[in-house]
Amino acid sequence: MNIVVCVSHTPDTATKIVVGADGKTIDPKGVKFIPNPYDEFAVEEGLRRRDGGTLTLLCVGGDSAKETLRWGLAVGADKAVLIKDEQRNDSFSVASSLAEAIKSLNPELVLVGRQSIDYDSAQIGPMLAELLDLPVVSFVTSFEINGTTLRAERDVEGGKEVVETTLPCIITAQKGLNEPRYPKLPDIMKAKAKPIEERPAANMPDRTQTVEMRLPEKKQGGKILEFSPENVRELVRLLHEEAKVI
Amino acid sequence: MTILAYIEQRGGQLKKNAFETITAARNLAASTGGKFSALLVGDGVAGLASQLAPYGAADVIVVEDARLAQFASGAVSTAIASVAAAESANVVLISNTLHGKDLAPRVAVKLSAGLVPDCVALELSDGNVVATRPVFAGKARIDVAVTTPNKVFSLRPNVFTATVVEGVSAAVRSASVSFGEKDFATRVVETKLNTGKKDVAEADVIVSGGRGFKGPENFNLVENLAEAFGGAVGASRAVVDAGWRPHSEQVGQTGKTVSPSLYVACGISGAVQHLAGMSSSKYIVAINKDKDAPIFGVADYGIIGDVFEVLPALTQEVNALHGK
Repeated sequence: MNIVVCVSHTPDTATKIVVGADGKTIDPKGVKFIPNPYDEFAVEEGLRRRDGGTLTLLCVGGDSAKETLRWGLAVGADKAVLIKDEQRNDSFSVASSLAEAIKSLNPELVLVGRQSIDYDSAQIGPMLAELLDLPVVSFVTSFEINGTTLRAERDVEGGKEVVETTLPCIITAQKGLNEPRYPKLPDIMKAKAKPIEERPAANMPDRTQTVEMRLPEKKQGGKILEFSPENVRELVRLLHEEAKVI
Repeated sequence: MTILAYIEQRGGQLKKNAFETITAARNLAASTGGKFSALLVGDGVAGLASQLAPYGAADVIVVEDARLAQFASGAVSTAIASVAAAESANVVLISNTLHGKDLAPRVAVKLSAGLVPDCVALELSDGNVVATRPVFAGKARIDVAVTTPNKVFSLRPNVFTATVVEGVSAAVRSASVSFGEKDFATRVVETKLNTGKKDVAEADVIVSGGRGFKGPENFNLVENLAEAFGGAVGASRAVVDAGWRPHSEQVGQTGKTVSPSLYVACGISGAVQHLAGMSSSKYIVAINKDKDAPIFGVADYGIIGDVFEVLPALTQEVNALHGK
């Protein structure tokens, strides 16, 4: 089966965030970037389902995003395409670039992470469904394919939904779908020599504009008490009388 | 400004997010001098309109179709976009639930609208809506404006407070939408609910446990405290990865994002991945024996102590408050 997996190059969660000089984006200086963790589930699933077909990675980003594509090649992807877009654009423009590339590849299955951990938008999967006129199942924790029928389990509040659709389709990967593999050192070395195709971005105008980025206000004066039976009683009183939440 | 508030129903039931969305639409309409309508989509859902009236929904539009007895994201997004166009609505509000996450991006593309997802505040600035949302695991916030004439905002559940108004009765009108076969390309064939358990994504109080409990057998302490509060049990990534608790209970970056009124973190150090999922809670209580644990940095209240001592005492005091 021919599969496309869309990946994103995101700051490590543990990274300290500093607002950049423009006051609208992060200052990338000293920030460690990693493959988006949800995309690791998507890539792993692609590797397991490829079965003689071609697994192509797509990534929208600048030159530094090649690191994430090289990681994908090291774990076993066949091809990698960087859609050059140095600017950090909104989800619609990213989805438009991806949709254009996916059309030319004509895959049977498109896998993406449920969301990237930088802007946490969770928009790419459903937007691709609209732009490509394909079915989408999101937040998928398991699926089976029978002929052209795909049956998936996805998370919803309070449980799971079992969803049926037909291939070709888009799946967004949720934790639990699989256990992603780690790249082996010789494969990391080999991936460095593999070609990465570059394509121009679709250049759709942004539909949203960040006005300001700021760090959240620190909570001041949390009332932290040492354990004692009296202080437990005091905590319950505070929750009841001050916070009024119980 | 003409606002369309999509009201989520599941299996003919409304949840709290429905009333939050209608209240947000009402407040936005009031501050702009605009008007708002509520939209229900499903099979036999018109009767739910009366539950929306106390929150100010005077105009309720209903799209009904037997095929919508089960959720189909294609068809529901077609219905929302079609009604928004027919009503010349330029703002669409959708709750950012798991269904809402499927719908909002599709509605935005259909309406050529910009979308701001997972908003925690909507403010008016020079006549334009500016939405605030947490990004980078809650380590930063951005204010975002939509630059297209049509705008879609999805609202983080449990953040926008639902409030009632007196004397509104709902007039119900039905809208017809022509669906294509492709709108039903994705069909829900079965729903498996975790019976008898409150979901962390919908709970007003969450008591979460972490590694501090030393083993799954000690989670009854968390369950007992959650029961005393009438809340749900949550878990840190560490204990889910260790197999002590199911992934459905996981709060944090690779789990669920929650905003309850009260979040009690027990034996959880407060790694940034955990904070990403719960820092928008209204009140946070931390219980940890390590006074330097990062969780105390985001806590409104806390007790420095061993969970094995603190939780039984706290459970007893909460039960005493409730006269049990």
